[in-house]
Amino acid sequence: MSKPVFMLALTGLLVASLAPVQAGSARTSILEKLQKEAGTAFSAERGKILFSSTHKGGKPKTNSCTVCHTKSPLKTGKTRAGKDIAPMALSKTKDRYSDPKKVAKWFRRNCRSVLGRECTALEKGDFITFMSNL
Amino acid sequence: MKKVILTLALLVVAAPAAFADGKSYAPIKDKITKTECSACHMAFPARLLPASSWKKIMLNLSDHFGEDASLDEETTKHITNYFIKKSAKGKFRNPALRITELRWFINEHNHEVSRKAKKKAGTMSNCKACHRGADRGYFDDD
Ligand code: HEC
Ligand code: HEC
Repeated sequence: MSKPVFMLALTGLLVASLAPVQAGSARTSILEKLQKEAGTAFSAERGKILFSSTHKGGKPKTNSCTVCHTKSPLKTGKTRAGKDIAPMALSKTKDRYSDPKKVAKWFRRNCRSVLGRECTALEKGDFITFMSNL
Repeated sequence: MKKVILTLALLVVAAPAAFADGKSYAPIKDKITKTECSACHMAFPARLLPASSWKKIMLNLSDHFGEDASLDEETTKHITNYFIKKSAKGKFRNPALRITELRWFINEHNHEVSRKAKKKAGTMSNCKACHRGADRGYFDDD
């Protein structure tokens, strides 16, 4: 490999390896904020129950996260309009839970659709913790 | 070889015809609209509904066909304006909320769509399941 090409490849590698680190620190800061608000330690187990349960109070056609995300967060889901949804598990979709605006928007919408209310900071933290440990 | 010639001949005959009567529906170009309105389905081209329909849809995003698709006020306003500008022009009574409930849509799809294709698409709103060119604004490709 010639030297400029090698340097280019090296830069590429460096940039590629930094991206997940940035997503990681953004995720940590989202969780830290939620943690402050919640005041209780997050639990992956509670997150799993929130994800898997059938809820009352929301919209009838979307009474569980699993309606669109399937029973396994490791699998590709489908919206009610037929579009694929990338798996929710962080191990499968690396950039999940790293854009604060996107995270806030989808918790707001989907908690209202499924639970009929906004989720608490504790519920959001539990959910992300569950999805990060799969 | 015969087959190849036949296919070629068909292509030559079929292609111009498709372009000739094929109205194309310009895909959504505005970046914000495209991002927000293609999250759950394809971003439906603005010209498929009149301004009155888009206004109604945009005013009711928190109960969008049975789910919450709400956006902040600024984004909602931006997208509403874009749709109004690019919407279908002409006379429309009773603004429909669905493209799939418009008379021309029902007429186009009533007879030509097989049960199998419908089942695979899941819902008629899933244009892309049957129209591979939908993202580019083409719906007469099959
Ligand atoms: C949270 C998911 C979600 C988002 C975001 C979303 N939609 Fe939808 N949309 C749906 C669902 C679900 C349906 C109903 C599909 C069905 O009935 O098969 C739908 C249906 C529609 C239809 C009617 C399609 C038909 O059947 O003719 C229109 C028009 C529409 N959406 C416009 C929009 C616009 C404009 C936006 C952006 C502001 C948007 N949608 C964003 C979920 C969403
Ligand atoms: C289950 C399959 C299926 C789905 C879903 C579907 N279509 Fe179609 N559509 C067809 C078939 C088949 C035809 C008739 C053959 C043709 O002209 O391509 C057609 C015809 C059309 C035409 C007329 C094309 C022309 O110029 O001749 C338009 C426009 C169109 N569809 C738009 C849509 C839109 C918009 C959606 C989504 C809201 C949609 N279709 C969903 C199968 C489907």
